[in-house]
Amino acid sequence: MAKSASQDPLTKGRVRKQGRRSPLASIALILIGLVATGGVYALFTTSANASTTAASSALTTEGSKLFQANCATCHGMNLEGTKVAPSLIGVGAASVDFQVSTGRMPAAASGPQEEQKPSQFTAQQTQALYTFVASKAPGPGIPSKEYLGGNDNAAQGALLFRTNCAMCHNVAGAGGALTEGKFAPALTGVKAKTIYEAMETGPQNMPVFNDKNLTPMQKADVITYLKYLDNNPSPGGLDLGNLGPVSEGLFLWIFGLGTIVGVTIWLTAKAN
Amino acid sequence: MAQHGDSNTASGTAVKVSRAPESPGTGVVQSDIPQNPGFPPHNPRMTDLDPNKEKRAERQVAILFFLSIIGSIFALAAYIAYPIIPGDFGSIRTNNLLLGLGITLGLLGIGLGAVHWAKQLMREDESVELRHGTRGTPETREKAVEVFELGNAESGFGRRTLIRNSMIGALVLTPVPAIALFRDLAPMADPVKLLQHTMWKKGTRLTHDPTGIPIKASDVTLGSAFHVIPEGLLQRTDMLEQKAKAAVLLMRLLPQDLHVTKGRETWNYNGIIAYSKICTHVGCPVALYEQDTHHLLCPCHQSQFDITHEAKVIFGPARRPLPQLPITVDSEGYLVAQSDFHEPVGPDFWERET
Repeated sequence: MAKSASQDPLTKGRVRKQGRRSPLASIALILIGLVATGGVYALFTTSANASTTAASSALTTEGSKLFQANCATCHGMNLEGTKVAPSLIGVGAASVDFQVSTGRMPAAASGPQEEQKPSQFTAQQTQALYTFVASKAPGPGIPSKEYLGGNDNAAQGALLFRTNCAMCHNVAGAGGALTEGKFAPALTGVKAKTIYEAMETGPQNMPVFNDKNLTPMQKADVITYLKYLDNNPSPGGLDLGNLGPVSEGLFLWIFGLGTIVGVTIWLTAKAN
Repeated sequence: MAQHGDSNTASGTAVKVSRAPESPGTGVVQSDIPQNPGFPPHNPRMTDLDPNKEKRAERQVAILFFLSIIGSIFALAAYIAYPIIPGDFGSIRTNNLLLGLGITLGLLGIGLGAVHWAKQLMREDESVELRHGTRGTPETREKAVEVFELGNAESGFGRRTLIRNSMIGALVLTPVPAIALFRDLAPMADPVKLLQHTMWKKGTRLTHDPTGIPIKASDVTLGSAFHVIPEGLLQRTDMLEQKAKAAVLLMRLLPQDLHVTKGRETWNYNGIIAYSKICTHVGCPVALYEQDTHHLLCPCHQSQFDITHEAKVIFGPARRPLPQLPITVDSEGYLVAQSDFHEPVGPDFWERET
């Protein structure tokens, strides 16, 4: 159907060409059109670029200062890394935003892993830092808002979460232990942006889930599932931290067995 | 020492202890054998002495039974008042909680009431009830033999041996079909063969779990961990059985970080490696990959595998390294298996050779 429809105007054009218009007229017309639109577009975009570069260069300068003061001791003056800290070349804005906004960086002390603590920088300073690091080498950027709404497919997100995340972070996102003091943190109440950035950049011992492994849409589904868990009460009642057999077993040992022992004593005690 | 042998005569049990007479040569005269103390003195309860207390106990028992009645009615009322609304998990919780509370009260009220009744109001002093002999009188015993003999004579069971023996034969053979039925519960094919092979074969593409989309070598960046199933798994009717053996974890390390043994040089593709996800201890999925230390942790029993040393066991109860899947790329750049695993995946079994 489409083929026949496109053939009609073609044949009509040929008829016209054989008429009064010169064969070069259409080519000239296309050229004029292209130059005109291209010129106008270039005019607008250069003007827009000029203002954004001005803003981002101010941010980069501020970020550079913050970096020299807070990060360069370990990560090197040119982000090249040292013996104690990795290079930051090519880690991208997402990685810096994740580490700094959750307070994991700057590190408080060297331990099995850097733990979450109150952020040391304001949102604007954080932005300056990640703009500076991203300006040195390209890397994963700040996630687009369209994937952070938490209103995508929760069921698909749960399926992906069970396959890719649940073994470390627990099926209900309650977190879990790893080797030698390391652990996968709980994902309850974590900001959508932070979750997205963690998946994209693989901080510390977490594997990287790049956009080919989990597409941005699939990442949005995973976030939706986690937000669903945050917003919906556990259907089974008291969740005991969702830690599985450990907390449930402890509860039963103390309260279940305690009740049984109490009832047994009462049953066998003589009335007085 | 003989005293200790007798020390199981606990106080309060009316057991008469009889001992063999001591031989005069070695016998030690026992002067302090514990005596059977018999029953402790009976202490009357408060309810036995005070009629007001007795009345109160009676009321308490009745209240417990009334609570049980209330609980049962409450359960029924709650079931009607808070119905389960399809799709609303909150309604299931409310319904189950109230129903459970009602039934608990219903049962506990009866139980507690009965025990309280028995402890406070029923007769409570210990008494001994002697057992009578179970042997029948000579007449009943003779009569029983007579009945059997009469039956034998009337039916001809002992006389008609053809009938008797053919009946015994029939009875012996009736369970035989059950053997065939129960044999059907075992796997159709030889289980050893099933355990030794997986779905992977030369040219099978590595695909994403759970979507089944093929993976390109260029998709796997450093530090990534991909959860992999063989292509075509999702179309299989025995999907779960096959997945339980064929699940694979795909990772990419710097090629210089890998310590490759002889004969496995071509099994990785530019540092992209694939290992069976089934733990060699008892078969849990091993997928807790630490991309910084390159350790794999099994969540069930804390076995740890070092991916840089071909999944060597570095901690925990697992005995063998995880089997490696030899991989390469096809002409379109998709990752494919070179062959099946070179050894059975998962835990040990009797017929496993290594």
